[in-house]
Order: sequence, then C-alpha cells, then structure tokens
Amino acid sequence: MTHSPSSISRPLPVPPPLSARARLAKWWRGEATAPAKRVQFDRPLTPWVFLLPQLAVVVIFFYWPSVQAVTSSFYLEDPFGFSATFVGLDNYTDALSSGEYLSTATFTAGFALVVTALSLGLGLLLAVKADKVIRGASIYKTVLISVYAIAPPVAALIGMMLFDMHIGPFTQLAGLFGYDLKVGVNYWDTAFAMTLIAVWKQIPYNFIFFLSGLQSVPVSVREAALIDARTGWARFKDVILPLLAPTAFFLLIINITYALFDTFAIIDVIVKDKPANNPMTLVYKIYLDGFKGNDIGGSSAQSVILMVIVAALTVVQFRFLERRVHYG
Amino acid sequence: MAEITLKNVGKTYAGGVTAVSEVNLEIRDGEFIVLVGPSGCGKSTLLRMVAGLEEISTGEVAIGARVVNKIEPSERDIAMVFQNYALYPHMTVRENMAYGLKNRKTPKGEIEARVAEAARMLELNAYLDRKPRALSGGQRQRVAMGRAIVRQPEAFLFDEPLSNLDAKLRVSMRGEIRKLQRRLGTTALYVTHDQLEAMTLADRLVVLNGGRVEQVGTPLEVYHRPATTFVAAFIGSPAMNLLDAHVVGGRVILEGHDMGPAQAPDGPVTLGIRAEELQSAPRGLPVKLDYVEELGASRILHVAAGGQYLAFVQSPEIAIPEQIYLTVRPQALHLFDTATGARIGQVPAPVAEPVP
Ligand SMILES: Nc1ncnc2c1ncn2[C@@H]1O[C@H](COP(=O)(O)OP(=O)(O)O)[C@@H](O)[C@H]1O
Ligand SMILES: [Mg+2]
Repeated sequence: MTHSPSSISRPLPVPPPLSARARLAKWWRGEATAPAKRVQFDRPLTPWVFLLPQLAVVVIFFYWPSVQAVTSSFYLEDPFGFSATFVGLDNYTDALSSGEYLSTATFTAGFALVVTALSLGLGLLLAVKADKVIRGASIYKTVLISVYAIAPPVAALIGMMLFDMHIGPFTQLAGLFGYDLKVGVNYWDTAFAMTLIAVWKQIPYNFIFFLSGLQSVPVSVREAALIDARTGWARFKDVILPLLAPTAFFLLIINITYALFDTFAIIDVIVKDKPANNPMTLVYKIYLDGFKGNDIGGSSAQSVILMVIVAALTVVQFRFLERRVHYG
Repeated sequence: MAEITLKNVGKTYAGGVTAVSEVNLEIRDGEFIVLVGPSGCGKSTLLRMVAGLEEISTGEVAIGARVVNKIEPSERDIAMVFQNYALYPHMTVRENMAYGLKNRKTPKGEIEARVAEAARMLELNAYLDRKPRALSGGQRQRVAMGRAIVRQPEAFLFDEPLSNLDAKLRVSMRGEIRKLQRRLGTTALYVTHDQLEAMTLADRLVVLNGGRVEQVGTPLEVYHRPATTFVAAFIGSPAMNLLDAHVVGGRVILEGHDMGPAQAPDGPVTLGIRAEELQSAPRGLPVKLDYVEELGASRILHVAAGGQYLAFVQSPEIAIPEQIYLTVRPQALHLFDTATGARIGQVPAPVAEPVP
C-alpha cells in the first residue's frame, strides 16, 4: 500500500479517441458492450439473426397490416379499388353511430364474457374432479387434450350437425321440451348454439392448464391444508385457488382473446349463407363489411376501434389483475 | 396433550406393499417418542397414519381416549411439521401460522396473541410479514414449527423436519425442538433416519425395521441392551462390532481366544462389542491393524482378528502400539442368536436408566 499515494496523484492515462471505423470494428467484435452484459454471443449481431424470423412474422403480419388499417380507415375506397378519397374521421363516426355496429359490439362483449366465464369455470370444475382421480397419471391428460386438437371449423361443423334444424339431436331434444330451436334463423337460438360450440371447443384447453396447475401444487402443501382446514371448500378457496391464480390469469387473457378473435371460424360456419339477422362478433363484422360489403374504409375503422379496445383491455388486465396474482 | 395408543397397527398400500405391520405402542402424555430406522422402513407411513393422511389398514390408533381411525386429519387435534416444511407459498409467515386457528374459529385477539407468542419463542418477529420464499431454510423450518405450536394441539408429529438443513443448523434446531417440547409438555412423535438425532431427542426410541418394531426403549436402554443385531448395528456410531463366535462351557470364544464369560448354551453365537468398549492391553485378543480414522477428539482403529474385521476407539494421545491385543469388560459382551439375531441372556445394563 506504500506506493498508492503516488499512483493516485498521477493523472489517469486518457485513451486516444477512436475512429468511427475502429469503434464499429470493436462493436462488431463485441468489445463495446460491458462484459457483464455480454453473456453468450461474441458477435452482437448473432442474437438478431436468431430473432429475425420472429421479428419478420411480427412485422409482416402485425405491424404492417396495422399501419395499413389505420391508413385506410381515413379513406373512402370505391368498391373496385381504383380510387380512394380522404374522408377524415367519417368512417369512425359512421361506425360508432350505426345501430348495427353498436348491437354487434354489445353482443360481442356479452359473448366474450359468457364464453370466457363458462369455459374457464367448466374447465376448472372438470380439472378439479379429474385431479382427484388421476393424480400423476399423464396418459389421461394426453387423451383429454386431444379434444382440443379439433380445428375450429371442424368443431363448428360437428356442432352444426348437432343443432341441425331437421335432424340435429339438440334440436330434437329441445323439441321434446316443446321448444322449436331454429339455429341460423332465430337470433337468440343462434347465439345460444354459437356460445355452446365456442365453450365446448375451449374447455379442453382450459382443462389441461388447470389440471397441470393443480398437479403442480405440492402434495405436502395439500396435506398441510388437510390438517389446517376443516372443509374441502376452505382448502380449495384458501390454498388451491390462490396457487392456481397465475394459471387462471394467463387463461383469462387467452380466453378473452379466443372469444373475441379465434371464434371467427365457428361463427363463419354457423352464420355463413344464413338469411336472417344473425348474431356475430366485431371481428366477423369487420370481415363481412370489408370483404363481403367491400367497404374497406369502414371495416378498417372498425379494426382500429377493436385494436384500441383490446389494447385498453390488456392494460387493465395487467394493471389491476396481475398485481393480485401470486407468482410463487 | 394426550397419550397416543397404537394397537396392532398395519398398513398395506394399494399396490400390495406392506409398509407397516403389527405395531403396538403406548405413548405417554407429554412423552417425546422418536421413530427411527433406515429409509423405507415405514416410519413416515406410521406417522402419517397417526396424522390421518394415510388410511389405517389394520388395527387401531387412539389419541387420548378417542379412536381416530375414521376421523379427518383436521379433527384429530394434531399438528404436523413436514420435511420440506409445506408452508403456504402465497401466505405471509403470520398468515401461515394463523391459518389453522382461523379455520377453528379462534377469536381474532387469541390468534394474534398466540402468533405473537410463537414468533417470540422462535425469534420470527422480524419476518412475520414476509412470504416463505423470502426466508432461509432455517427460518422456514421455524415457521413450520410455529404453525404447529400456535395450534396448541394434543400432539406434534414431525416427519424428518431437520433433514433439509445443513449439519450445523440441524444440531442447534435439534436442541431447540427438544427445549420447546419440554416447555410446552406436548406429546411428540418424531420420525428420523438419523440415529444420533434419535438418541439426543427421544424420551423413548422406537426402532423400526421392515415395518416392524425391533425395540422400544430409552436411548440408553437401546444403546446398552440392543434387543437384536439390527438394533445393535443401527444405533451407535461407529456401529457395534458383530462377530462370529462360539460359546464353549460358559465362555465366549472369538477366533480361538477366550473373551469372557457367557450365560448361554454351547454353540455358535453372534458376539457384539461396541467399539468404545474395546481396549488395547498387554495381553488379550491379538489383532492386526488395517487402517486408522482420525476424528480429532478420538481415533478409530480398524483391525482384523483372524478373518474378521472390527473397529475400536482410542484416545489420540495414546500411541498406536506395534502389536495390538484387545480386551473387553465382561459386561460389555452382547450375545445374539446367529439365526434370529435376537439377544441371548440377560447381560445387566451397566448404567442406571434416566428417570423419564
Ligand atoms: N403411496 C405409496 N404407495 C405404495 N407404497 C408406498 C407408498 N408410500 C410408501 N410406500 C412404501 O412403503 C414403504 C415405507 O415407506 P415410508 O413409510 O415412506 O418409509 P420411511 O419413511 O421409513 O423412509 C416403502 O417400501 C415405500 O416404498
Ligand atoms: Mg420418510
């Protein structure tokens, strides 16, 4: 330590300024980044190369169409796509003041709520029951999730067969109770069938996540609860459910997204080529107005509105719900 | 606080494995009983049958005057400390301790008082509002203890509660568990595979082997008068030397050398001698040195007598003699039946038993 005062009083050597080319070369070799952060790659471009396919997908299928949608929502395009006139916010005001749009929006909200609630609730109920029977037996899980492997249009077709106006067993069942079920004709009958098929399709997915969530609750924690709590309901509510909360939160987001967007194919099969005023979700209406009605501007405005709603919903979910969720 | 009575208790699992059979045991009120035995001998199964976490296949378990075979774990008035603590990860330390009481409709003020008292005893005050993941292993262990204490149950059940701690912490927690149990006077049933832990904690030991009770007794009884070769080999460190010998005319003959008197009929026997009881002397059983283990405070010499190996303990101050001869007090000779492993004859216990 005796030599330290002299070495401190001496000015530190200043490195000569680097040329831009030298700095670039250094950056390329990875020397520019702090060593602590440079964990695995010796070339800083390498991670970007790995990210490229994913980024390309996001840009091509998300950002670019989003920009397109926002742009065309301010224009009125003629039906043949030859010319477009700037109309400002007209497309938005048209959509928001249309009774049809508002009733579709209301239906969509109700539909999303009911589908999410029912498929989460029933998925959880089935998972809890199954968990009691099959603790650890993963073969059952595989069998049960195979239901989920049915593609949405196929699920809808099967559903429509069951609801067929002439030979569908559900129609006949309703007939036994004196009810004339007219799916595709009666608004509420169609809504009922749509909801039922959408829920049926989603239950296995929720089931499988809830089941693995349940099975990952440590046996000894369950046993401690068995000693501490006197009823099965208390154990479920106080111990199991809070430990399932991260799974439930994840599923909530997935299910809302499903109800809003992924039910498209189901709705398509149910309402396509049907004559009457049928219920549908906002996404399906966007498709209908844009591609069947050739109103690109109006349908773009609707997409932008939907984007804003979904973004707001996501923020709300993460801000208010995620905080209450325990991540063990 | 209560006595626990096990009558002919047995357990056969669904797969056909018989984990426990014909266990009879009377645990007195306030007693600290340790179930000890090698891994897989059925200790946990037996404990879990008392807790109600495992169905009782045969026999009867009573806590106090009540037969509990058909009673839910939450209604048995027991508290259990698990090997991995089994704390509720989403609850704070305070909530973890209070949960069992809340479910028993204990008044709020009472819960707070009991949690505060337990936190004080276990020095957990600073951590009451933390979640288990923010605690060290030792602190989690204390919370698990606290959760049991606040319940003020009839009995504590422990399933290897210290085996996830490091060696040093294990020793200090061992002492604390013993002191707490003495102070609270609560009956305790404690499972461990560690014979040293068993010896230091127990009022009485229950040595299990293959689901059966080998011996029940105070630590000193079990140490000085093991009922079988299994107990002799399991309890005590280093393990008791078990040697093939013969009884001829009331004398034990080991490798052609007369070791001392024996109250047993002529024929082959298993001779047990604790390593601590063997002493090197100018004359006695001649042995050849095999290797030496230095432990600091003592030294273990591994030697061969004829074709048989044995160990004996010596003070490190004494030089290792060139030619070793071993002698042993007549009281320290244990004879066992070669076929059944059961103890032969009444070798008197050399040390007075402690008052329980
Ligand atoms: N759930 C179970 N099903 C079948 N066999 C089991 C089960 N639990 C334990 N066993 C068997 O019972 C025996 C005793 O186990 P256990 O009581 O856990 O032993 P220990 O706690 O003494 O190590 C072992 O042979 C073990 O394989
Ligand atoms: Mg065990």
